Amino acid sequence: MIEIGGVTKVYGGRGPTFTALDNVSVTIRDNEFFTLLGPSGCGKTTLLRVIAGFVDPTSGTVALDGQDLLQLPPYKRPVNTVFQSYALFPHMTVAENIGFGLKMLDRPAAEVKRTVDEMLALVRMTEMAGRKTSEISGGQQQRVALARALAPRPKVLLLDEPLSALDFKLRKEMQIELKRLQSETGITFIFVTHDQEEALTMSDRIAVMRAGSIRQIGGPRDIYDHPAERFVADFIGDTNFLDATLLSVDGTAARVKLASGAETTVRAPAEGAKAGPVTLAVRPEHATLGNADGALLAGKLANIIYFGTDTHFHVDLDGGGSFVLRQQNQPDQKSGRSTGDRVGVSFPAGVGQVLRD
Amino acid sequence: MAKPFDIRRQTGFNAIAMACFVLLYLPIILLVIYSFNAGSSIAIWEGFSWRWYVSAWQNDQVQSATVRSLVLASCAAIFSTACAVPAALATTRQGSFKGHTFVFALINQPLMVPEIVTAVALLIVFAAVKVATGYTGFGYLILAHTAFCLPFAYMPIRARLQGMNLSLEQAGADLYGTPWRVFRHVTLPQLWPGILAGAMLAFVTSLDDVVITEFVKSAGQDTLPTYMLGQMRRVVTPEVNAISSALLAISVVMVMAFFFLSKTRK
Repeated sequence: MIEIGGVTKVYGGRGPTFTALDNVSVTIRDNEFFTLLGPSGCGKTTLLRVIAGFVDPTSGTVALDGQDLLQLPPYKRPVNTVFQSYALFPHMTVAENIGFGLKMLDRPAAEVKRTVDEMLALVRMTEMAGRKTSEISGGQQQRVALARALAPRPKVLLLDEPLSALDFKLRKEMQIELKRLQSETGITFIFVTHDQEEALTMSDRIAVMRAGSIRQIGGPRDIYDHPAERFVADFIGDTNFLDATLLSVDGTAARVKLASGAETTVRAPAEGAKAGPVTLAVRPEHATLGNADGALLAGKLANIIYFGTDTHFHVDLDGGGSFVLRQQNQPDQKSGRSTGDRVGVSFPAGVGQVLRD
Repeated sequence: MAKPFDIRRQTGFNAIAMACFVLLYLPIILLVIYSFNAGSSIAIWEGFSWRWYVSAWQNDQVQSATVRSLVLASCAAIFSTACAVPAALATTRQGSFKGHTFVFALINQPLMVPEIVTAVALLIVFAAVKVATGYTGFGYLILAHTAFCLPFAYMPIRARLQGMNLSLEQAGADLYGTPWRVFRHVTLPQLWPGILAGAMLAFVTSLDDVVITEFVKSAGQDTLPTYMLGQMRRVVTPEVNAISSALLAISVVMVMAFFFLSKTRK
């Protein structure tokens, strides 16, 4: 278990300062695939480097199973990193790279060899053991970097955007591979990425970061279905934002009145819900297109875009604003609607999230 | 349409380039040719002979000056490189610290201060030390050469370090390597071409130094260049050509060796 408490990192002493991390607190459980997700410059890599020991935080605490990590230099921390650039040692073979950590730990040569062989098999690189790292492909380098970091059996593996340099197909393969390695080794993975899809498919939990602070922590479904604030809703997937008035809150259910005058029940924010004007987030695929009569929202169909797997409907709402719906396509079946039609937009009770801000 | 500026198309470019090459290499070619002169003039060709090479080889003074030059250049190369490695590490791996530029300037001082000034300064200091200690040995020359060879050893090492990916050393530390072991197993193996280049540059720089050596040396401590200078003051024979040609051969071999080394290391 990693406990990060109030970690702040401010760069620049005199003159202008830059706050890379602003009072970040999070607890990461054992055997968890935990993802730090956010746009570049949000502090996710800095947080990873604080855990690894390459960045000293200005204040705050980092503890691993109760042990204070900040007191230890990087080479004494039982965590290993997979670097974004892989950082493989160019003067060593694949096997020597993988065995490096164990060699530094002064493990007996027989044990080093056995573990290296295991790791080579684990990442399916046994045939490449004697190659120089410059003689293997990007995807293979990626696997060697993984094996090298896993070989000393760290308590925590830190992964700094390890898939960003790979092409699309390889990235998909490696996502599955990473997930497999994590469940086979039982090591806690802390994964940094700016790719929301990568985060959703691989993670047990996700922390969405912005401007040095964590905006929301939760499971992929939680984050996607119930974003806490506009930034999270906007960063992950596509979202419609609706102006509404919050009437009342009952636990997690909130009664709201939409701009059209219709009332419905949606999900209340975790805390701080107050009656009055709020913003509502509704995912495009959670809403349905129907007739204007009796719908929650009504408007004119402005655009229909065919995407292969699904079709996007852009609706200009009465009273301003627009709404995008997404419907799965069926073979040889048209929606039966055309641009200019008067349509209604509805979503079931409980769908839609009142945002925090 | 106007073509982009192309230096090769400028009037007179070829003539100037040729003139530069002729000025650079014709004297050297002539020097080598006349080292094989059978006669004792360095301007009138009297037939081919190895005579001056034999004469130089058998000359006791040339022999001792050669040994002295090689020992001195080796010591200067080893000591200056040994100082340059930590200096380069400190100026590239510690982040920027207060007075970073000042330290950098200090290390490279011998490149900027006129050599004659350094020579006179060393002469004065060493004279005082000689009076105080009575020591008149070879140590002064080694010290002086080590000092002025330092920037030549430092530059290639620093360039190599700057070209190296910092994340490799971080990866080493991440994988339980203590700072010393990371240096030993990660940094040093990749630094070798830089260290070799630095040492060779220092060696060659020390080998052909005249000014500082002339001022610092005690009696009977002639190096090859100062011996040659002494000879020129009296009678000039193609023996000087022969010695110069031999020095030329050594430096060409070293440059080629370095090229070969740096290619295979990559």
